[in-house]
Amino acid sequence: MRKHSVKSAAIVGASLLVLAACGSNKTEGGGTNGGSCDTSKGTLTVGVVAPLSGNLSALGVGIKQSAELAVDEANKKCTVPGFKLTVSAQDDEANPAKGAQAATKLSTDPNVVGVVGTLNSSVAQTVQPILRDKKIPMVSPANTNPSLTRGNDFLTAPKRQFDNYFRVCTTDDLQGPYAANYLVEKAGKKKIAIITDGKTYGEGLAAELSKQVTKKGGTIVGSEKVGEKDTDFSGVIAKIKALGPEAVYYGGEYPVAGPLSKQMKDNGLDVPLMGGDGIFDPKFIELGGKEGDLATSVGAPTESLATAKAFVDAYKAKFGKEDYAAYGAFSYDATNAIIGGLAKTLEGGAAWDESKRDGMLTNVGAFSGSGATGEIKFDQYGDSTNKVLTVYQVTSAKWKDVQTGTFTG
Amino acid sequence: MSVLFQQLANGVIQGALIALIALGYTMVYGIIQLINFAHGEVFMVASYGGLATFTLLPDDLKKSPAVALPLMFVGGIVVAVIVAVIMERFAYRPLRNAPRLAPLITALGVSVFLQEAVRVFYPNAKSNLPYPKVFPEGNLTIGSVNISWTGILLVALSVGLAVILQTYINRSRMGRAMRATAQDPDTAKLMGVNPDRVIVLTFVIGAVLAGVAGIMFGGYLNNINIDMGFQNGIFAFTAAVLGGVGSIRGAVIGAFIIGLIKTVAGQYMPGGTQYDYVWIFVVLILVLVFRPQGLFGEPERVRA
Repeated sequence: MRKHSVKSAAIVGASLLVLAACGSNKTEGGGTNGGSCDTSKGTLTVGVVAPLSGNLSALGVGIKQSAELAVDEANKKCTVPGFKLTVSAQDDEANPAKGAQAATKLSTDPNVVGVVGTLNSSVAQTVQPILRDKKIPMVSPANTNPSLTRGNDFLTAPKRQFDNYFRVCTTDDLQGPYAANYLVEKAGKKKIAIITDGKTYGEGLAAELSKQVTKKGGTIVGSEKVGEKDTDFSGVIAKIKALGPEAVYYGGEYPVAGPLSKQMKDNGLDVPLMGGDGIFDPKFIELGGKEGDLATSVGAPTESLATAKAFVDAYKAKFGKEDYAAYGAFSYDATNAIIGGLAKTLEGGAAWDESKRDGMLTNVGAFSGSGATGEIKFDQYGDSTNKVLTVYQVTSAKWKDVQTGTFTG
Repeated sequence: MSVLFQQLANGVIQGALIALIALGYTMVYGIIQLINFAHGEVFMVASYGGLATFTLLPDDLKKSPAVALPLMFVGGIVVAVIVAVIMERFAYRPLRNAPRLAPLITALGVSVFLQEAVRVFYPNAKSNLPYPKVFPEGNLTIGSVNISWTGILLVALSVGLAVILQTYINRSRMGRAMRATAQDPDTAKLMGVNPDRVIVLTFVIGAVLAGVAGIMFGGYLNNINIDMGFQNGIFAFTAAVLGGVGSIRGAVIGAFIIGLIKTVAGQYMPGGTQYDYVWIFVVLILVLVFRPQGLFGEPERVRA
């Protein structure tokens, strides 16, 4: 037993050294003197759980690197006195089972103070309870399914689900209806066909959109499902084409949406495809997204926000490219919420131990500040109070914002 | 009515793709009774081989489809054949006389190996890759039915190659050697047939067909990913079983049946496209209950 604990202490120690080494390398790379802060009390870790490989890796890598940027800046500014912060990024491959493994790995590390993630709502469902059991705050930059914070009856009887779970983006019960309003009222598309991939995110989003379309006097002419690994959609397309839709709404992500849009056009169904934040990525256009296709995404366009400019500049300086993708700015804000909560918890030079976890949850929940996406603040369910949404359209092979606002009914 | 015709056309195109892959499964099974689960991955590797060929072409050649497209076929097929020959030589030949389960498990291992190898070593293969636009664009429109030219090319290639293959096996000397090895390898050996050569040739033919399928898949659907071999491999395997494993004609007809069931059942059966896979396997089970050897298969022979 004794031998065992010595061994694990050695491993923890060794990994801390490695982490510290990585961290200091990065600071040197940034060209600033990272040694000016007091880091005598050791190293604390911000976990990241996101898809770093697989189809959604463009989004996941943006999340990871933006979190690294926030941590780097905090280290330079000595935001958490006495400690050095590092990022430990775990790959969930957009797969709930892999997400659970990643969460378990992070939750067994006593130095993990909080977790940024996940990208997918379906992965969040398995990660939430694992981190709650260890009282580790989880701040998602991208989960938009409303039931994650407010339960399945989120409209009629909202109830806080996990006291460790927060998110900095808005939710599908606003995103879906916002898209519906745009389609029916602004674009004048009354007959909408729906295709989903059957996952938590896509199903929820499409369900919220359907309700609002009907409410605004449009009709849902048909509803179909495609497999996440399907590649030939001609059968589904022929079926909905016969129903004469004026637009197709896809509940899912860009690896399917891009080819689907191209095949729609190839098969003579040349109507716009619209989707949620899951298709809002340059890869969508590369994979076949066509001119006039639409997407909603959470927040205002990153490039247009005054508060985001500093983030974009710093990101570009650190990584050379602006590949922060759809959720980079949100991930940066989520990480800052965790760091802010941590700074508050350790105020006055306290040391980090397990007893701080309760205070940490409270402080992350009470965090407020102005971030790259606007105001960061959480309501009583853990949802962001920032409910801005934007409609984008593919114009000259680029996403261009056409309308920014909040859902007002 | 036009919806039915559209779905039939879609089904035939999907079937044509599955048929090209299914031929590889059925031929290898016919000769050495091995279900080569890695065959779907040969198809996937060919697709990436074609894409790599295109990427390596000089810019001016990229713009002329008449040059780029044949070169992509050559590149894809060469990669597929090399992979298949290496696979046969190092993974299956040492296990030729082992119990049947051993090569089957090896095949699964080879499948995972190839998938991961492409994922790790091909640049950006972690996510879907777009395929170059060097294929005939546009549609043939008959009434309100749209059929893309690439789809028509796919069907023509698939049926044409299947007919050529059938003729080759029935008429040529090497074809006779293949049939002899399939019937009884030991007697074939006594008659002067070199079984190793026959088996390698079988893998090569399967790889060439999978190579054509891999390139056409990219052209028809505009993007490829490392999972494509698994998904289409399962369908092709099912087609081979449905048609009767070991039968060329059976694999092709089985593939078209699967393509048609998928699109037509998605349109007209309850549950729609959500349950189209279910109907494929319902038909498979029904066929196997009444004809366990498949539609065109021969009843299992007892080997001496």
